[in-house]
Amino acid sequence: MERVRRRYVLTGNYAAAYAALHSRVEVVAAYPITPQTTIVEKIDELISKGEYDTTMIRVESEHSAMAAVIGASAAGARTFTATASHGLFYMYENIWWAANSRLPVVASFVTRALGPPWNIWSDHQDVYALRDSGWILFIARNAQEVYDLIIQSFKIAEDDEVRLPVGVSHDAFIVSHTSEPVELLMQDEVDNFLPSPQNIKPLLDPENPVSVGNLPTAEQHYLLRKNIWDCITYSLNVIKKVGREYTELTGRDYSKLIPSYKTEDAEYILVTSGAMGGDAEDAVDVLRDMGVKAGHLSIRLFRPFPHDELIDIVAGSKAILVFNRGVSMGLGGVITADVRDSVSKESLSIPVYDFIVGLGGVEVSKDDFIKAVQDVKAVKLDVRRTYFLMGGEYV
Amino acid sequence: MLKVMYPIAKPAPGSAGKTAYWRWQKPIINREMCTRCGLCWVYCPDSAYELDEEGYPIVLYDWCKGCGICAHECPVDAIKMVDEYGEG
Repeated sequence: MERVRRRYVLTGNYAAAYAALHSRVEVVAAYPITPQTTIVEKIDELISKGEYDTTMIRVESEHSAMAAVIGASAAGARTFTATASHGLFYMYENIWWAANSRLPVVASFVTRALGPPWNIWSDHQDVYALRDSGWILFIARNAQEVYDLIIQSFKIAEDDEVRLPVGVSHDAFIVSHTSEPVELLMQDEVDNFLPSPQNIKPLLDPENPVSVGNLPTAEQHYLLRKNIWDCITYSLNVIKKVGREYTELTGRDYSKLIPSYKTEDAEYILVTSGAMGGDAEDAVDVLRDMGVKAGHLSIRLFRPFPHDELIDIVAGSKAILVFNRGVSMGLGGVITADVRDSVSKESLSIPVYDFIVGLGGVEVSKDDFIKAVQDVKAVKLDVRRTYFLMGGEYV
Repeated sequence: MLKVMYPIAKPAPGSAGKTAYWRWQKPIINREMCTRCGLCWVYCPDSAYELDEEGYPIVLYDWCKGCGICAHECPVDAIKMVDEYGEG
């Protein structure tokens, strides 16, 4: 066992694999799909070397992968799975079974565009589709966040007042297959940080037989969904508490739900999620050099939506520009709608501009963000429109 | 302390409530013809049959959904399905 913390050069996918194993997951079930494959390959490799006492169930589909972890989780095991895109959609029915059964499954989702036509590149459309299920959803910006958020996710998911599945997403290839320095915790640090998997309350117990997900009355169904609402709303407190504990342990700042950059005096605030946040921060620096007071915030926690913190950050701004790596057809950007909802609830009169970027893995560069801010500043854009910004051009 | 609700059901007679309200035909047993073979009790998918102390079947009408499987399986045609509601 390591006696000092070390930094490794790891891909986002390997960071996910180490996070799950360091969290002492007891059961992993997964089916390979690009760009998720190397997560489960790595887990399998480390199990077969005898380094971890984890059961890997090799299933025939993603639907079965989630079904297997649902069963294991209902029996009280700490569970993990990973998928992407079409695999996630093949798993989709059981995504809802995990949430509605209140099972603390943790999963890694590698964001990837949906076909047709076939496409393996990053696009957040797949993860947006999980929005309403009751899963707690993070979108990580880099490999370090993948590792850190997965470890925290087990503590959040298993909390007695939360008991909901948690998904940690990261961008295909940009994060999943790009190697970068990642500091791993020592095993005993993770063991001290997380509760023992033995503490997970099993739903299925041979001494006290029950069936899970049986036919309820309409009123019971209504109240079960309302209870998820209560718990996911309350989970904001748990996510913050776990984040503060993790910050104390690692020195990496998870004390806030929304990471922000130069927003204190910002007039133009860029909102992104996932890996493009780094490019948005570069754009902020360039804009600041040009005399434009720009800032950036990252929707790292997608559900539950961090309304209060968002309002604290944007309240004094002149305009908000939201960049969505996916689109709700016929409406606009999914996160734009969320931000507008928050701004509207507080009766703020800040215009929220809607941009769709990076669909199908199109590169999003700092120049796209700079152009958008300049166009908003020059009053060239209509706040009622959705702008499709590709390679510095509106298409 | 927020209490998590789980969608679980404990096994108990009629744990989902009385489920017979959509029945439109009910099985009527002719005790004279009944041979007490117990096949109706075996085949009932809703466990809506009990056997009395002499081995004759009793239908639990609170839970019988009127599927008619018992009447179909009865080897001596001692079970008739009768309309729950009269003409018109």
